[in-house]
Formats: sequence, structure tokens, C-alpha cells
Amino acid sequence: MITLRQVEYKYQEGTPMETEALHKVSLEIRDGEFIGLIGHTGSGKSTLIQHLNGLVRATGGDILYNGESIYREGFSMKELRSRVGLVFQYPEHQLFEVDVFTDVCFGPKNQGLSKEEIEKRAREALSLVGIGENYYKKSPFELSGGEKRRVAIAGVLAMEPEVLILDEPTAGLDPRGRDEILGQLARLHRERGMTVILVSHSMEDVAKYVDRIMVMNHGCLVFDDTPRVVFGHYKELEEMGLAAPQVTYIAHALAEAGFPVRTDVITVEEAEEAILCTLNMDGVGRMEKADGEGR
Amino acid sequence: MMRDITLGQYYPVQSPVHKLDPRTKLFGTLVLIVALFVADNVYCYGAAALFLFGIIAASKVPVGHIVKGLKPVLFLLVFSAAFNLFLTPGEELVHFWIFTITKEGLVRAGMMAVRLTFLVMGTSLLTFTTTPNQLTDGLERSLRFLNVVHVPVHEIAMIMSIALRFIPILVEETDKIMKAQMARGADFETGGLIKKAKAMIPLLVPLFISAFRRASDLALAMEARCYHGGEGRTKMKPLKYRTADRLAYLILLAFPTGVVLLRVLL
Repeated sequence: MITLRQVEYKYQEGTPMETEALHKVSLEIRDGEFIGLIGHTGSGKSTLIQHLNGLVRATGGDILYNGESIYREGFSMKELRSRVGLVFQYPEHQLFEVDVFTDVCFGPKNQGLSKEEIEKRAREALSLVGIGENYYKKSPFELSGGEKRRVAIAGVLAMEPEVLILDEPTAGLDPRGRDEILGQLARLHRERGMTVILVSHSMEDVAKYVDRIMVMNHGCLVFDDTPRVVFGHYKELEEMGLAAPQVTYIAHALAEAGFPVRTDVITVEEAEEAILCTLNMDGVGRMEKADGEGR
Repeated sequence: MMRDITLGQYYPVQSPVHKLDPRTKLFGTLVLIVALFVADNVYCYGAAALFLFGIIAASKVPVGHIVKGLKPVLFLLVFSAAFNLFLTPGEELVHFWIFTITKEGLVRAGMMAVRLTFLVMGTSLLTFTTTPNQLTDGLERSLRFLNVVHVPVHEIAMIMSIALRFIPILVEETDKIMKAQMARGADFETGGLIKKAKAMIPLLVPLFISAFRRASDLALAMEARCYHGGEGRTKMKPLKYRTADRLAYLILLAFPTGVVLLRVLL
């Protein structure tokens, strides 16, 4: 569990360039949650997640990991970083080893594990992201963009963190690569109970996978609730340069046009269900039946 | 951590010095350097101090900020002052063990320290008040006469401005990769020299790759915009002297004349 208490962060404190990146952020991340973190560029998302594993030191406030302040004298940042895994944006830019397997071993090796344990973890992590053995001896620089990204994510997974934070893991990937990565994350969360924090610009992805959304704006945490509640504030989100998923807009448009459909839908599946439900309800169901027979 | 280097980073405030033509400021720096080497008595240094602190006051850059920039050259300063202090022959003042401090040595060490301090302050004032782009523009324009002897002035200036432009990008990139590797448990701080050097590999390999990638992207972008070197190339903001610059040149001529006079007469 990670607890943030009134965390503040200022860039270049005491110079004319001073800017406040985080303003009194308080929140709690409980074990086993799948959280989406959204906010427009420069809203403080990236700064916030770098606080969670101690890469950036808050200029005010306190951060607790399992109830213990990470700024306490003698607290091991290295230990914290192996428990809170952070995958940066474009993580493939951090690959450096001669082959894929050795690169994935880098994290567990730094944890001081035995050779067998290191290799076991690397194998597991690579299979989790769907990289087969035929790739192990390839240079990471020969791979495609999506493969590189998955190898880089495996590099963090191999450390077997309790909390996994990903900064826009799907940026610049094609739809298939995106679905693969997000699907694998959802599986990790489901099967291993890993706490996952996903920073994303795609409202569709967030709506589909996470069970809690945090919204950052100008360094402040403005919303922290379930996706349904957060996307209900779609007008406010728009003012922050964000939006709700497209299906939410469709539902609202339908409702405004006099079609009595639920407007709190956030995924395509929900929207389908809501629309079908309305159709069946007021006898327009015949149309659907006729449509079905026509096929 | 690397962002803390103050030596030479542009200090964005509005001031008459910031607004001067970069050529004027380049010339001014040159004048200060020459004057500091010509100076050999207290009056000359007094004049130089007056000149330097006058400009600092006009530039609105806090003196504390400039002094902070002296930190990286502090070692050099102490080192050269110490050499002068102990190794100048002359009238003996203090003697202990193998060290002798002479009156001449004391004076020379003091002057050396002041000279170096003023030099660094003066040159960093130039970069505090001039953006790298203006600076290379000014250099390119001032050194254009070298074209006659086939020195590719424009190309050199372009290389310089690109190199300067890339410094913050690479610093940021270094910071990012360092953090990414630290998130994977890399340790850049502890251990002996060899362990530390080895720890740099996960940082340097990605950094070089990204530098090459950026360089080739930039080359492509420049070609796509029909860049073909300096010949016939015009500027969007051509350098132009204004009244303030003419006034500044008057001061810049009066100052070294004054220093020379002070040296000859006193």
C-alpha cells in the first residue's frame, strides 16, 4: 500500500524558473488495485509516478510504503524500487545489452539474486509478455518497436514488483500491439493480484481495464473515483483538455435526441447492452428481430 | 543534478544588457579580457571592477547567481593563487617549513585571484544575458571576414548552435535513462572506480544510440526544408545595431583607454 500525504514538488526551487509540478497531492493506493492515471501533458502525472518509487524527492509532504515513510533515515530506496516497478515512457530506449535475455536479467541481477533465480525470472517475465525463446539471443536493436517495448516491460517485470506503474505503455504502438500489452497487464493483475497503475491518454483503454481513475490537472488531483463516476464529469474533463470515452458521448447524444438510453456507459460492450435493452423495452425490438431474420 | 550547473546558462530577465546586439556583448567581453591582462595595479583593477559590476547591475542578473557560477572554477582559482603566493621571489614576510610567503607573492596572488574571478564572471555574464542562438549569430557575423580565407564560418556556426541546442536535450535524456535504469535497480553512486565505470554502460549505450537517432532525424528534417549550407541564406532576424549598441561601444572604447592610461600614468 502506498500513501501520499500532501505531497508537493517544485522544479528549480528558488530560481526565476521555479514551477510547481505537484500541489498537495494526497491519495492511497491499495494492494491489488488497477488504477488509471489521466491528465493532459504537463499536468504532473509523470512527476507523480516518479515519486512513488523515490526517483524524485518531494519538496513537501510525505510518502508511506506499507505505512513506513520512504524519506525516513535508513529506508532502502533500492528495496523500494524493486517492489514498485516503474516502466517509463518509451521504455525501449533504455535497452542496452548485447541480447534480449541478458537485458531482462539486468533488473534481477541488481537485486542480488542467484544465477538460477535470475534466469528463471527472466524466462518467466519474457513469457508473460509473449516473447519466445527464439528471441533470447537476438540483439534488442534488431526487434520491431512493439517487441522492443515488450522486452523492456519484461525487464521490469523480471524484478517481480508488487506494484507496477506504466507511463503510457502503448504510445506509438499499432492497435494490435496495444491490445496485446494491455491484455497482458490485465492478466497480470487478475492472476497474480499485482497492483497496476496505468498512465494513459486513451480514455477507451482506461475505461475498459481499470477499476479506479485518478485525474491530474495543473499538479492537483481533481478526481479519484470509479471510471463511471469520473466520466460522468465529462464536461469538467473537457475543460481540462481531456474527454470521456466516445461511446459515452454517443449515449448522451442518443438521450438528447429523445432515445431513452442509459448515459453512464463507458465501454462499447456496455453501450451495446444499454441500446439493446432500450430497443427491447419499447417494442422497437421487432426491428431487431426483423433484422435478425434478414441475415 | 545536472540541471544545477549555473555556469553559462541563460538567465531569462528583461534588461538593457539582454537587449544589446550579441556582437556588442562579444566585443565587450573581449575588451574586458584584454583589459584584465593589461591591468597591473590596483587602480586598473578598480576600473575593471567598476566596469564589470556596472554591467552586472544593468543586466539585472543577481550577483549571487553569478558568484554561484564560480564554484566549478574554484579549484583552479585557489591553485593558481597558491602558486603565485608561494613561488614568487622577493621580500620575505612569513616563513614556515618549505613555504615562504613574500610581499610580492601576496600582491600577485591577490591580483591573480581577482583577475581570474573577473574573467569568469565577465564571460559567464555574456552567456547569462545572451541566448546560445544569439551568440552563434553574433559570432557568425563577426567572423564573416574569415570567409575570404575559405574558413566555412557559417557551417562552424551551425555546428556550434546545434551542439549547444543539443546540450539540454541530452541532459534531459541522460536524466531520463538514468532514472529508468535506477528503477531497474542500477546504482550509479557507490563502489570503486571500476565498478562505477561499469555502471555507466547501461547509461551510455542508450544515450549514444539516442544521440545518433536524433542526429539522423535532424539531418533528415533539415534536408526536407532544403537546407544547403550558408550560401545565399538569409536570416529571419538579421542583426542590427541600435542606439543602445552605439552607446555601449563608446563605453567599451573608453574603458580600455582608461585602463591603459591608469597603467601608464600610475
